[in-house]
Amino acid sequence: MPESIPKNSVGIVTPQTMKFDTPLSLDSGQTLNSYEIVYETYGELNADKSNAILICHALSGTHHAAGYHSMEDKRPGWWDTCIGPGKAIDTDKFYVVCPNNIGGCNGSTGPNHINPETGKYWGPDFPPLRVRDWVRSQACLADKLGIEQWAAVVGGSLGGMQVMRWSLEYPERLRHALVIASAMKLTAQNIAFNEVARTAIRSDDDYHDGYFLEKETIPKKGLALARMIGHLTYLTDGLMGEKFGRELRSGDFERGAYNEVQFQVESYLQYQGEKFSTSFDANTYIMLTRVLDYFDLAREYNDDPVEAFRNALCKFMVISFTTDWRFSPERSQEIKNALITAGKDVSYAEIDTAQGHDAFLLPIDPYLRVFASYMRRVAQEIA
Amino acid sequence: MSAIKRTDHDLLQQWIQAGSRVLDLGCGDGTLLKQLAQSKQIQGYGIENDRDLIIAGLDNGINVLEQNLNDGLTDFPDNSFDTVLMTQAIQAMSRPDQVLDEMLRVGKECIVTFPNFGNWRARWHLAIKGRMPVTKQLDFEWYDTPNIHFCTVNDFEALCQQKGIRVLNRTMVSEQFPDNSLKQLLPNLFAQTAIYHLSK
Repeated sequence: MPESIPKNSVGIVTPQTMKFDTPLSLDSGQTLNSYEIVYETYGELNADKSNAILICHALSGTHHAAGYHSMEDKRPGWWDTCIGPGKAIDTDKFYVVCPNNIGGCNGSTGPNHINPETGKYWGPDFPPLRVRDWVRSQACLADKLGIEQWAAVVGGSLGGMQVMRWSLEYPERLRHALVIASAMKLTAQNIAFNEVARTAIRSDDDYHDGYFLEKETIPKKGLALARMIGHLTYLTDGLMGEKFGRELRSGDFERGAYNEVQFQVESYLQYQGEKFSTSFDANTYIMLTRVLDYFDLAREYNDDPVEAFRNALCKFMVISFTTDWRFSPERSQEIKNALITAGKDVSYAEIDTAQGHDAFLLPIDPYLRVFASYMRRVAQEIA
Repeated sequence: MSAIKRTDHDLLQQWIQAGSRVLDLGCGDGTLLKQLAQSKQIQGYGIENDRDLIIAGLDNGINVLEQNLNDGLTDFPDNSFDTVLMTQAIQAMSRPDQVLDEMLRVGKECIVTFPNFGNWRARWHLAIKGRMPVTKQLDFEWYDTPNIHFCTVNDFEALCQQKGIRVLNRTMVSEQFPDNSLKQLLPNLFAQTAIYHLSK
Protein backbone atom coordinates (compact mmCIF):
# COMPACT_ATOMS: atom_id res chain seq x y z
CA MET A 1 0.00 0.00 0.00
CA PRO A 2 1.40 3.43 -0.85
CA GLU A 3 1.34 5.54 2.32
CA SER A 4 1.13 8.53 0.07
CA ILE A 5 1.03 8.78 -3.70
CA PRO A 6 4.52 9.61 -5.02
CA LYS A 7 4.77 12.98 -6.78
CA ASN A 8 5.80 11.41 -10.07
CA SER A 9 2.86 9.01 -10.09
CA VAL A 10 -0.29 9.46 -12.13
CA GLY A 11 -2.09 8.84 -8.83
CA ILE A 12 -5.36 7.00 -8.37
CA VAL A 13 -6.73 5.80 -11.69
CA THR A 14 -10.00 4.19 -12.70
CA PRO A 15 -10.30 1.76 -15.61
CA GLN A 16 -12.92 2.55 -18.24
CA THR A 17 -14.82 0.27 -20.57
CA MET A 18 -15.59 0.87 -24.23
CA LYS A 19 -18.30 -1.25 -25.85
CA PHE A 20 -18.15 -2.13 -29.54
CA ASP A 21 -21.19 -3.33 -31.45
CA THR A 22 -19.60 -3.24 -34.90
CA PRO A 23 -18.39 -6.78 -35.64
CA LEU A 24 -14.62 -7.26 -35.66
CA SER A 25 -13.36 -9.42 -38.52
CA LEU A 26 -10.53 -11.60 -37.29
CA ASP A 27 -7.56 -13.03 -39.19
CA SER A 28 -8.90 -16.52 -38.51
CA GLY A 29 -11.92 -15.76 -40.69
CA GLN A 30 -14.16 -15.67 -37.63
CA THR A 31 -15.97 -12.60 -36.40
CA LEU A 32 -16.39 -11.15 -32.94
CA ASN A 33 -19.87 -9.63 -33.16
CA SER A 34 -19.54 -7.45 -30.11
CA TYR A 35 -16.81 -6.92 -27.57
CA GLU A 36 -15.59 -4.71 -24.80
CA ILE A 37 -12.19 -3.17 -24.25
CA VAL A 38 -11.15 -2.11 -20.76
CA TYR A 39 -8.54 0.64 -20.78
CA GLU A 40 -6.89 3.29 -18.67
CA THR A 41 -5.78 6.76 -19.65
CA TYR A 42 -3.26 9.07 -18.03
CA GLY A 43 -2.65 12.76 -18.75
CA GLU A 44 -4.82 15.11 -20.81
CA LEU A 45 -5.64 14.88 -24.50
CA ASN A 46 -4.71 18.22 -26.08
CA ALA A 47 -7.07 20.28 -28.23
CA ASP A 48 -5.89 18.94 -31.60
CA LYS A 49 -5.60 15.40 -30.22
CA SER A 50 -1.99 15.15 -31.30
CA ASN A 51 -0.40 14.04 -28.01
CA ALA A 52 -1.87 10.56 -27.64
CA ILE A 53 0.40 7.59 -26.89
CA LEU A 54 -0.80 4.00 -27.21
CA ILE A 55 0.75 1.45 -24.86
CA CYS A 56 0.63 -2.18 -26.08
CA HIS A 57 1.04 -4.67 -23.27
CA ALA A 58 2.92 -7.96 -23.26
CA LEU A 59 1.93 -11.49 -22.27
CA SER A 60 0.92 -10.92 -18.67
CA GLY A 61 0.31 -7.18 -18.91
CA THR A 62 -3.00 -5.43 -18.45
CA HIS A 63 -4.64 -2.05 -18.98
CA HIS A 64 -3.28 -1.05 -15.58
CA ALA A 65 0.07 0.36 -16.69
CA ALA A 66 0.52 3.18 -14.19
CA GLY A 67 -0.76 4.62 -10.92
CA TYR A 68 -2.85 2.94 -8.26
CA HIS A 69 -6.44 1.77 -8.22
CA SER A 70 -6.77 2.59 -4.53
CA MET A 71 -4.68 3.44 -1.52
CA GLU A 72 -4.88 -0.26 -0.66
CA ASP A 73 -2.96 -1.27 -3.82
CA LYS A 74 0.26 -3.03 -2.92
CA ARG A 75 2.03 -1.85 -6.03
CA PRO A 76 1.43 0.48 -8.98
CA GLY A 77 0.67 -0.47 -12.60
CA TRP A 78 3.10 -2.67 -14.53
CA TRP A 79 4.92 0.17 -16.31
CA ASP A 80 4.77 2.81 -13.62
CA THR A 81 8.55 3.06 -13.92
CA CYS A 82 8.14 4.63 -17.35
CA ILE A 83 4.75 6.39 -17.26
CA GLY A 84 3.99 9.42 -15.09
CA PRO A 85 4.69 13.11 -14.60
CA GLY A 86 8.33 13.76 -15.56
CA LYS A 87 8.93 10.10 -16.44
CA ALA A 88 10.03 8.76 -19.85
CA ILE A 89 6.43 8.80 -21.07
CA ASP A 90 5.66 12.12 -19.47
CA THR A 91 1.98 12.44 -18.59
CA ASP A 92 2.43 16.22 -18.27
CA LYS A 93 2.95 16.20 -22.05
CA PHE A 94 1.20 13.10 -23.32
CA TYR A 95 -2.24 11.54 -23.15
CA VAL A 96 -1.51 7.86 -22.58
CA VAL A 97 -3.97 5.12 -23.48
CA CYS A 98 -3.41 1.54 -22.33
CA PRO A 99 -6.04 -1.04 -23.30
CA ASN A 100 -6.30 -4.64 -22.13
CA ASN A 101 -6.18 -6.70 -25.32
CA ILE A 102 -9.20 -8.71 -26.34
CA GLY A 103 -8.74 -12.35 -25.46
CA GLY A 104 -7.16 -11.19 -22.21
CA CYS A 105 -8.48 -11.93 -18.77
CA ASN A 106 -8.44 -8.60 -17.03
CA GLY A 107 -11.72 -7.10 -18.17
CA SER A 108 -11.70 -6.97 -21.96
CA THR A 109 -13.75 -9.60 -23.78
CA GLY A 110 -11.94 -12.91 -23.50
CA PRO A 111 -12.23 -16.63 -22.69
CA ASN A 112 -13.36 -15.93 -19.11
CA HIS A 113 -16.36 -13.92 -20.40
CA ILE A 114 -19.80 -15.24 -21.32
CA ASN A 115 -20.38 -15.71 -25.03
CA PRO A 116 -23.68 -13.85 -25.52
CA GLU A 117 -24.65 -16.25 -28.30
CA THR A 118 -24.40 -19.40 -26.16
CA GLY A 119 -24.84 -18.03 -22.66
CA LYS A 120 -21.76 -20.02 -21.64
CA TYR A 121 -18.16 -19.09 -20.97
CA TRP A 122 -16.16 -18.65 -24.16
CA GLY A 123 -13.44 -20.82 -22.65
CA PRO A 124 -11.35 -22.62 -25.26
CA ASP A 125 -13.87 -21.67 -27.97
CA PHE A 126 -12.82 -18.04 -27.94
CA PRO A 127 -11.77 -17.28 -31.52
CA PRO A 128 -8.03 -17.68 -32.08
CA LEU A 129 -6.37 -14.29 -32.40
CA ARG A 130 -3.38 -12.79 -34.14
CA VAL A 131 -1.45 -9.65 -33.34
CA ARG A 132 -3.22 -8.02 -36.29
CA ASP A 133 -6.60 -8.56 -34.59
CA TRP A 134 -5.42 -6.68 -31.52
CA VAL A 135 -4.09 -3.86 -33.64
CA ARG A 136 -7.41 -3.65 -35.47
CA SER A 137 -9.36 -3.54 -32.19
CA GLN A 138 -6.98 -0.89 -30.83
CA ALA A 139 -7.64 1.17 -33.97
CA CYS A 140 -11.37 0.88 -33.27
CA LEU A 141 -10.70 2.17 -29.75
CA ALA A 142 -8.70 5.06 -31.21
CA ASP A 143 -11.66 5.89 -33.49
CA LYS A 144 -14.00 6.04 -30.51
CA LEU A 145 -11.56 8.22 -28.56
CA GLY A 146 -11.30 10.55 -31.57
CA ILE A 147 -7.59 9.88 -32.03
CA GLU A 148 -6.74 9.89 -35.72
CA GLN A 149 -3.01 9.58 -35.26
CA TRP A 150 -0.94 8.47 -32.29
CA ALA A 151 2.09 10.58 -31.43
CA ALA A 152 3.67 7.21 -30.68
CA VAL A 153 2.77 3.56 -30.23
CA VAL A 154 4.95 1.93 -27.60
CA GLY A 155 5.41 -1.62 -26.39
CA GLY A 156 7.84 -4.23 -25.10
CA SER A 157 8.10 -7.93 -26.00
CA LEU A 158 4.71 -9.06 -27.36
CA GLY A 159 3.77 -5.38 -27.10
CA GLY A 160 6.60 -4.53 -29.49
CA MET A 161 5.13 -6.95 -32.03
CA GLN A 162 1.89 -4.97 -31.89
CA VAL A 163 3.84 -1.74 -32.39
CA MET A 164 5.52 -3.07 -35.54
CA ARG A 165 2.21 -4.38 -36.86
CA TRP A 166 0.65 -0.95 -36.27
CA SER A 167 3.33 0.63 -38.45
CA LEU A 168 2.38 -1.65 -41.34
CA GLU A 169 -1.41 -1.87 -40.93
CA TYR A 170 -2.11 1.79 -40.22
CA PRO A 171 1.00 3.65 -41.42
CA GLU A 172 -0.74 7.05 -41.38
CA ARG A 173 -2.00 6.61 -37.86
CA LEU A 174 1.27 6.84 -35.92
CA ARG A 175 4.24 9.19 -36.03
CA HIS A 176 6.64 7.14 -33.91
CA ALA A 177 7.02 3.46 -33.05
CA LEU A 178 9.00 2.35 -29.99
CA VAL A 179 9.82 -1.34 -30.17
CA ILE A 180 11.43 -2.63 -26.97
CA ALA A 181 12.89 -6.11 -26.30
CA SER A 182 10.93 -7.57 -29.19
CA ALA A 183 11.36 -9.67 -32.34
CA MET A 184 9.90 -9.94 -35.84
CA LYS A 185 9.24 -13.62 -35.11
CA LEU A 186 10.00 -16.10 -32.37
CA THR A 187 12.85 -18.55 -32.59
CA ALA A 188 12.30 -22.32 -32.31
CA GLN A 189 13.63 -22.27 -28.75
CA ASN A 190 11.13 -19.57 -27.85
CA ILE A 191 8.22 -21.52 -29.34
CA ALA A 192 9.48 -24.58 -27.46
CA PHE A 193 9.30 -22.75 -24.12
CA ASN A 194 5.74 -21.73 -24.93
CA GLU A 195 4.79 -25.30 -25.79
CA VAL A 196 6.18 -26.53 -22.46
CA ALA A 197 4.01 -23.93 -20.72
CA ARG A 198 0.92 -24.97 -22.67
CA THR A 199 1.58 -28.64 -21.96
CA ALA A 200 1.87 -27.85 -18.24
CA ILE A 201 -1.60 -26.29 -18.32
CA ARG A 202 -3.18 -29.03 -20.42
CA SER A 203 -1.79 -31.76 -18.21
CA ASP A 204 -3.53 -30.37 -15.14
CA ASP A 205 -6.61 -32.54 -14.39
CA ASP A 206 -8.52 -29.37 -13.60
CA TYR A 207 -8.02 -28.03 -17.13
CA HIS A 208 -10.92 -30.09 -18.54
CA ASP A 209 -9.95 -29.33 -22.15
CA GLY A 210 -10.42 -25.66 -21.36
CA TYR A 211 -13.96 -25.94 -19.98
CA PHE A 212 -12.80 -25.54 -16.38
CA LEU A 213 -14.91 -22.47 -15.57
CA GLU A 214 -18.08 -24.45 -16.29
CA LYS A 215 -16.79 -27.06 -13.86
CA GLU A 216 -16.17 -24.25 -11.38
CA THR A 217 -12.51 -24.96 -11.05
CA ILE A 218 -9.22 -23.61 -12.38
CA PRO A 219 -6.05 -25.50 -13.42
CA LYS A 220 -3.96 -23.79 -10.78
CA LYS A 221 -1.11 -26.29 -10.77
CA GLY A 222 -0.67 -26.23 -14.52
CA LEU A 223 -0.86 -22.48 -14.73
CA ALA A 224 1.61 -22.05 -11.86
CA LEU A 225 4.06 -24.40 -13.57
CA ALA A 226 3.61 -22.57 -16.89
CA ARG A 227 4.40 -19.30 -15.16
CA MET A 228 7.41 -20.71 -13.35
CA ILE A 229 8.89 -21.82 -16.66
CA GLY A 230 8.10 -18.50 -18.32
CA HIS A 231 9.44 -16.50 -15.41
CA LEU A 232 12.72 -18.42 -15.43
CA THR A 233 13.32 -17.49 -19.04
CA TYR A 234 12.77 -13.80 -18.34
CA LEU A 235 15.64 -13.82 -15.82
CA THR A 236 19.31 -14.71 -16.22
CA ASP A 237 21.73 -17.03 -14.45
CA GLY A 238 23.76 -14.06 -13.27
CA LEU A 239 20.77 -12.18 -11.95
CA MET A 240 19.40 -15.18 -10.10
CA GLY A 241 22.82 -15.79 -8.61
CA GLU A 242 22.91 -12.21 -7.45
CA LYS A 243 19.35 -12.20 -6.15
CA PHE A 244 19.14 -15.64 -4.51
CA GLY A 245 22.50 -17.36 -4.73
CA ARG A 246 22.29 -20.55 -2.68
CA GLU A 247 20.55 -18.85 0.21
CA LEU A 248 18.30 -21.14 2.19
CA ARG A 249 14.80 -20.24 3.17
CA SER A 250 14.43 -23.18 5.51
CA GLY A 251 16.27 -26.31 6.65
CA ASP A 252 20.03 -26.80 6.91
CA PHE A 253 22.83 -29.15 5.91
CA GLU A 254 23.85 -30.04 9.45
CA ARG A 255 25.31 -33.55 9.55
CA GLY A 256 23.65 -36.11 11.71
CA ALA A 257 20.17 -34.72 11.27
CA TYR A 258 17.86 -34.24 8.31
CA ASN A 259 16.16 -30.89 7.94
CA GLU A 260 14.66 -30.59 4.50
CA VAL A 261 16.13 -27.69 2.66
CA GLN A 262 14.30 -25.10 0.63
CA PHE A 263 16.41 -22.67 -1.35
CA GLN A 264 15.25 -19.07 -1.62
CA VAL A 265 14.98 -19.43 -5.39
CA GLU A 266 12.53 -22.33 -4.99
CA SER A 267 10.35 -20.34 -2.68
CA TYR A 268 10.47 -17.34 -5.01
CA LEU A 269 9.43 -19.38 -8.05
CA GLN A 270 6.65 -21.12 -6.12
CA TYR A 271 5.34 -17.74 -5.01
CA GLN A 272 5.43 -16.34 -8.56
CA GLY A 273 3.61 -19.39 -9.89
CA GLU A 274 0.93 -19.42 -7.22
CA LYS A 275 0.27 -15.70 -7.48
CA PHE A 276 -0.18 -15.98 -11.21
CA SER A 277 -2.31 -19.12 -11.10
CA THR A 278 -5.14 -17.40 -9.26
CA SER A 279 -5.01 -14.15 -11.23
CA PHE A 280 -4.67 -15.34 -14.83
CA ASP A 281 -6.93 -17.36 -17.10
CA ALA A 282 -5.45 -20.59 -18.47
CA ASN A 283 -7.20 -20.28 -21.83
CA THR A 284 -5.89 -16.74 -22.20
CA TYR A 285 -2.38 -17.96 -21.41
CA ILE A 286 -2.58 -20.68 -24.03
CA MET A 287 -3.99 -18.30 -26.60
CA LEU A 288 -1.48 -15.51 -25.92
CA THR A 289 1.46 -17.87 -26.25
CA ARG A 290 0.00 -18.97 -29.59
CA VAL A 291 -0.32 -15.35 -30.72
CA LEU A 292 3.36 -14.99 -29.92
CA ASP A 293 4.31 -18.17 -31.77
CA TYR A 294 2.28 -17.36 -34.89
CA PHE A 295 3.52 -13.79 -35.23
CA ASP A 296 5.77 -13.31 -38.23
CA LEU A 297 5.96 -9.67 -39.27
CA ALA A 298 7.08 -10.33 -42.84
CA ARG A 299 5.05 -13.47 -43.64
CA GLU A 300 2.69 -11.60 -45.95
CA TYR A 301 5.55 -9.59 -47.44
CA ASN A 302 7.43 -12.45 -49.17
CA ASP A 303 9.18 -13.16 -45.88
CA ASP A 304 11.19 -10.01 -46.48
CA PRO A 305 11.27 -7.61 -43.50
CA VAL A 306 12.66 -4.86 -45.72
CA GLU A 307 9.69 -5.15 -48.06
CA ALA A 308 7.39 -5.16 -45.03
CA PHE A 309 8.88 -2.06 -43.45
CA ARG A 310 8.79 -0.14 -46.75
CA ASN A 311 5.09 0.31 -45.95
CA ALA A 312 5.81 2.13 -42.70
CA LEU A 313 5.68 5.92 -42.54
CA CYS A 314 6.61 6.47 -38.89
CA LYS A 315 10.00 6.84 -37.23
CA PHE A 316 11.34 4.04 -35.07
CA MET A 317 13.21 3.60 -31.81
CA VAL A 318 14.38 0.05 -31.13
CA ILE A 319 15.77 -0.93 -27.72
CA SER A 320 17.26 -4.24 -26.59
CA PHE A 321 19.00 -5.54 -23.47
CA THR A 322 22.33 -7.35 -23.56
CA THR A 323 21.36 -10.29 -21.30
CA ASP A 324 17.86 -10.80 -22.71
CA TRP A 325 18.02 -14.32 -24.14
CA ARG A 326 14.28 -14.67 -24.74
CA PHE A 327 14.20 -11.67 -27.09
CA SER A 328 17.91 -11.26 -27.69
CA PRO A 329 19.65 -8.14 -29.04
CA GLU A 330 20.18 -10.02 -32.32
CA ARG A 331 16.40 -10.02 -32.88
CA SER A 332 16.26 -6.26 -32.32
CA GLN A 333 19.26 -5.76 -34.60
CA GLU A 334 17.34 -7.57 -37.34
CA ILE A 335 14.52 -5.06 -36.92
CA LYS A 336 16.96 -2.16 -36.98
CA ASN A 337 18.81 -3.47 -40.04
CA ALA A 338 15.62 -4.06 -42.01
CA LEU A 339 14.45 -0.53 -41.20
CA ILE A 340 17.75 1.01 -42.33
CA THR A 341 17.70 -0.92 -45.59
CA ALA A 342 14.07 0.10 -46.09
CA GLY A 343 15.24 3.71 -45.74
CA LYS A 344 13.28 4.39 -42.57
CA ASP A 345 14.34 6.64 -39.73
CA VAL A 346 15.46 4.46 -36.83
CA SER A 347 17.51 4.78 -33.69
CA TYR A 348 18.80 1.80 -31.76
CA ALA A 349 20.05 1.36 -28.22
CA GLU A 350 21.43 -1.81 -26.66
CA ILE A 351 21.26 -1.48 -22.89
CA ASP A 352 23.96 -3.23 -20.90
CA THR A 353 22.21 -4.85 -17.96
CA ALA A 354 22.08 -8.13 -16.03
CA GLN A 355 18.27 -8.11 -15.84
CA GLY A 356 17.40 -10.25 -18.87
CA HIS A 357 14.05 -9.89 -20.64
CA ASP A 358 12.37 -8.35 -17.59
CA ALA A 359 14.70 -5.36 -17.99
CA PHE A 360 12.16 -3.50 -20.09
CA LEU A 361 9.93 -3.19 -17.03
CA LEU A 362 12.65 -2.13 -14.62
CA PRO A 363 14.17 1.19 -13.52
CA ILE A 364 17.52 0.84 -15.29
CA ASP A 365 19.07 4.29 -15.53
CA PRO A 366 20.61 4.22 -19.05
CA TYR A 367 17.41 2.63 -20.40
CA LEU A 368 15.19 5.28 -18.86
CA ARG A 369 17.50 8.06 -20.09
CA VAL A 370 17.48 6.78 -23.68
CA PHE A 371 13.72 6.20 -23.55
CA ALA A 372 13.08 9.69 -22.11
CA SER A 373 15.37 11.30 -24.66
CA TYR A 374 13.47 9.75 -27.57
CA MET A 375 10.12 10.67 -26.03
CA ARG A 376 11.28 14.30 -25.72
CA ARG A 377 11.72 14.24 -29.49
CA VAL A 378 8.20 12.86 -29.86
CA ALA A 379 6.92 15.66 -27.59
CA GLN A 380 8.79 18.38 -29.51
CA GLU A 381 6.85 17.57 -32.66
CA ILE A 382 3.56 18.24 -30.93
CA ALA A 383 2.53 21.81 -31.49
CA MET B 1 39.07 21.12 -30.61
CA SER B 2 35.60 22.42 -31.32
CA ALA B 3 36.82 25.15 -33.67
CA ILE B 4 38.83 22.59 -35.66
CA LYS B 5 35.99 20.12 -35.69
CA ARG B 6 33.57 22.66 -37.04
CA THR B 7 36.04 23.48 -39.78
CA ASP B 8 36.37 19.88 -40.94
CA HIS B 9 32.58 19.53 -40.73
CA ASP B 10 32.11 22.64 -42.88
CA LEU B 11 34.68 21.62 -45.46
CA LEU B 12 33.54 18.07 -46.00
CA GLN B 13 29.96 19.12 -46.73
CA GLN B 14 30.93 20.17 -50.25
CA TRP B 15 31.38 16.48 -51.13
CA ILE B 16 27.96 15.36 -49.89
CA GLN B 17 25.17 15.20 -52.46
CA ALA B 18 21.79 16.63 -51.55
CA GLY B 19 19.25 13.98 -50.60
CA SER B 20 21.88 11.24 -50.29
CA ARG B 21 22.19 8.46 -47.71
CA VAL B 22 24.96 9.13 -45.21
CA LEU B 23 26.40 6.92 -42.47
CA ASP B 24 28.51 8.72 -39.85
CA LEU B 25 30.82 6.41 -37.90
CA GLY B 26 31.44 7.78 -34.43
CA CYS B 27 28.80 10.45 -34.85
CA GLY B 28 29.30 12.01 -31.40
CA ASP B 29 26.40 14.22 -30.41
CA GLY B 30 25.09 14.21 -33.98
CA THR B 31 25.95 17.84 -34.80
CA LEU B 32 27.25 17.01 -38.26
CA LEU B 33 24.30 14.82 -39.27
CA LYS B 34 21.90 17.45 -37.97
CA GLN B 35 23.68 20.11 -40.07
CA LEU B 36 23.63 17.87 -43.13
CA ALA B 37 19.96 17.10 -42.66
CA GLN B 38 19.24 20.83 -42.66
CA SER B 39 21.63 21.93 -45.41
CA LYS B 40 21.46 18.90 -47.73
CA GLN B 41 18.28 17.05 -46.71
CA ILE B 42 20.29 13.86 -46.37
CA GLN B 43 18.97 10.69 -44.82
CA GLY B 44 21.57 10.14 -42.15
CA TYR B 45 22.40 7.51 -39.56
CA GLY B 46 25.08 7.85 -36.92
CA ILE B 47 26.88 5.06 -35.11
CA GLU B 48 28.01 5.75 -31.56
CA ASN B 49 28.74 3.68 -28.48
CA ASP B 50 29.13 6.31 -25.78
CA ARG B 51 25.94 6.45 -23.72
CA ASP B 52 25.97 10.22 -23.11
CA LEU B 53 26.69 10.94 -26.77
CA ILE B 54 23.89 8.57 -27.86
CA ILE B 55 21.48 10.53 -25.69
CA ALA B 56 22.85 13.83 -27.03
CA GLY B 57 22.35 12.49 -30.56
CA LEU B 58 18.77 11.48 -29.79
CA ASP B 59 18.18 14.95 -28.36
CA ASN B 60 19.60 16.40 -31.58
CA GLY B 61 16.95 14.54 -33.53
CA ILE B 62 19.27 12.31 -35.56
CA ASN B 63 19.07 8.55 -36.13
CA VAL B 64 21.55 7.10 -33.63
CA LEU B 65 22.59 3.46 -33.76
CA GLU B 66 24.37 2.00 -30.75
CA GLN B 67 27.26 -0.13 -31.92
CA ASN B 68 30.94 -0.69 -31.27
CA LEU B 69 32.72 0.17 -34.51
CA ASN B 70 35.52 -2.25 -33.73
CA ASP B 71 32.96 -5.01 -34.37
CA GLY B 72 32.88 -3.97 -38.03
CA LEU B 73 29.97 -2.97 -40.24
CA THR B 74 28.68 -6.48 -40.92
CA ASP B 75 25.08 -5.31 -40.41
CA PHE B 76 25.34 -3.11 -43.50
CA PRO B 77 25.10 -4.44 -47.07
CA ASP B 78 27.61 -3.47 -49.78
CA ASN B 79 27.11 -0.01 -51.31
CA SER B 80 24.11 0.67 -49.09
CA PHE B 81 25.15 4.27 -48.46
CA ASP B 82 26.19 7.09 -50.78
CA THR B 83 28.75 8.35 -48.29
CA VAL B 84 30.26 6.82 -45.17
CA LEU B 85 31.91 9.39 -42.92
CA MET B 86 34.37 9.17 -40.09
CA THR B 87 35.50 12.40 -38.52
CA GLN B 88 38.35 12.45 -36.01
CA ALA B 89 37.81 8.87 -34.98
CA ILE B 90 39.88 6.57 -37.20
CA GLN B 91 42.88 6.99 -34.90
CA ALA B 92 40.82 5.49 -32.07
CA MET B 93 40.03 2.27 -33.94
CA SER B 94 41.79 -0.99 -33.11
CA ARG B 95 42.35 -1.66 -36.85
CA PRO B 96 42.00 1.54 -38.90
CA ASP B 97 42.93 -0.31 -42.10
CA GLN B 98 40.05 -2.76 -41.69
CA VAL B 99 37.68 0.07 -40.83
CA LEU B 100 38.64 1.78 -44.10
CA ASP B 101 37.95 -1.45 -46.01
CA GLU B 102 34.53 -1.70 -44.39
CA MET B 103 33.74 1.96 -45.06
CA LEU B 104 34.54 1.52 -48.74
CA ARG B 105 32.49 -1.66 -48.92
CA VAL B 106 29.36 -0.09 -47.38
CA GLY B 107 29.73 3.36 -48.93
CA LYS B 108 30.05 4.33 -52.57
CA GLU B 109 32.28 7.12 -51.30
CA CYS B 110 33.95 7.84 -47.98
CA ILE B 111 35.11 10.90 -46.13
CA VAL B 112 37.74 10.55 -43.42
CA THR B 113 39.15 13.31 -41.26
CA PHE B 114 41.94 12.81 -38.76
CA PRO B 115 44.45 14.78 -36.70
CA ASN B 116 47.79 14.90 -38.52
CA PHE B 117 50.50 13.58 -36.22
CA GLY B 118 53.13 14.88 -38.62
CA ASN B 119 52.14 18.44 -37.78
CA TRP B 120 55.13 20.57 -36.77
CA ARG B 121 53.75 21.10 -33.26
CA ALA B 122 53.52 17.38 -32.63
CA ARG B 123 57.04 16.95 -34.03
CA TRP B 124 58.33 19.79 -31.86
CA HIS B 125 56.71 18.27 -28.77
CA LEU B 126 58.40 14.96 -29.33
CA ALA B 127 61.72 16.28 -30.67
CA ILE B 128 62.39 19.06 -28.19
CA LYS B 129 60.45 18.06 -25.12
CA GLY B 130 60.94 14.36 -25.63
CA ARG B 131 57.33 13.80 -24.56
CA MET B 132 54.32 12.50 -26.44
CA PRO B 133 52.40 15.46 -27.85
CA VAL B 134 49.56 16.86 -25.77
CA THR B 135 47.91 19.74 -27.56
CA LYS B 136 44.63 21.58 -27.32
CA GLN B 137 43.35 19.34 -30.09
CA LEU B 138 44.78 16.13 -28.68
CA ASP B 139 44.22 16.71 -25.01
CA PHE B 140 45.17 13.30 -23.60
CA GLU B 141 48.17 11.76 -21.90
CA TRP B 142 49.76 8.79 -23.68
CA TYR B 143 48.36 6.33 -21.14
CA ASP B 144 44.70 7.39 -21.20
CA THR B 145 44.25 8.46 -24.80
CA PRO B 146 41.54 6.75 -26.83
CA ASN B 147 43.68 7.65 -29.86
CA ILE B 148 45.74 4.51 -30.18
CA HIS B 149 46.63 4.67 -33.88
CA PHE B 150 47.88 8.09 -34.78
CA CYS B 151 49.16 8.63 -38.26
CA THR B 152 50.56 11.41 -40.41
CA VAL B 153 49.23 12.65 -43.73
CA ASN B 154 52.04 10.71 -45.43
CA ASP B 155 51.21 7.53 -43.53
CA PHE B 156 47.58 7.79 -44.58
CA GLU B 157 48.42 8.39 -48.21
CA ALA B 158 50.76 5.40 -48.17
CA LEU B 159 47.95 3.21 -46.81
CA CYS B 160 45.56 4.45 -49.51
CA GLN B 161 48.14 3.72 -52.18
CA GLN B 162 48.85 0.27 -50.81
CA LYS B 163 45.14 -0.56 -50.77
CA GLY B 164 44.41 0.99 -54.15
CA ILE B 165 42.01 3.48 -52.64
CA ARG B 166 41.27 6.45 -54.90
CA VAL B 167 41.70 9.88 -53.32
CA LEU B 168 38.96 11.96 -54.96
CA ASN B 169 39.73 15.11 -53.00
CA ARG B 170 41.75 16.20 -50.01
CA THR B 171 41.99 19.36 -48.03
CA MET B 172 43.91 20.44 -44.98
CA VAL B 173 43.00 22.50 -41.94
CA SER B 174 45.33 24.46 -39.70
CA GLU B 175 44.40 26.84 -36.94
CA GLN B 176 47.82 28.53 -37.01
CA PHE B 177 47.82 29.05 -40.74
CA PRO B 178 44.20 29.66 -41.60
CA ASP B 179 44.91 31.60 -44.79
CA ASN B 180 48.26 30.15 -45.66
CA SER B 181 48.78 27.79 -48.51
CA LEU B 182 51.63 26.13 -46.59
CA LYS B 183 49.23 23.55 -45.21
CA GLN B 184 48.18 22.56 -48.71
CA LEU B 185 51.73 22.61 -50.08
CA LEU B 186 53.36 20.83 -47.15
CA PRO B 187 50.41 19.17 -45.51
CA ASN B 188 52.44 16.62 -43.58
CA LEU B 189 54.19 19.42 -41.72
CA PHE B 190 51.54 22.09 -41.42
CA ALA B 191 48.10 20.50 -41.45
CA GLN B 192 46.46 19.96 -38.09
CA THR B 193 43.52 18.09 -39.53
CA ALA B 194 43.46 16.22 -42.82
CA ILE B 195 40.22 15.67 -44.72
CA TYR B 196 40.10 12.95 -47.37
CA HIS B 197 37.37 12.14 -49.86
CA LEU B 198 37.83 8.55 -51.04
CA SER B 199 36.35 5.90 -53.26
CA LYS B 200 37.18 2.35 -54.26
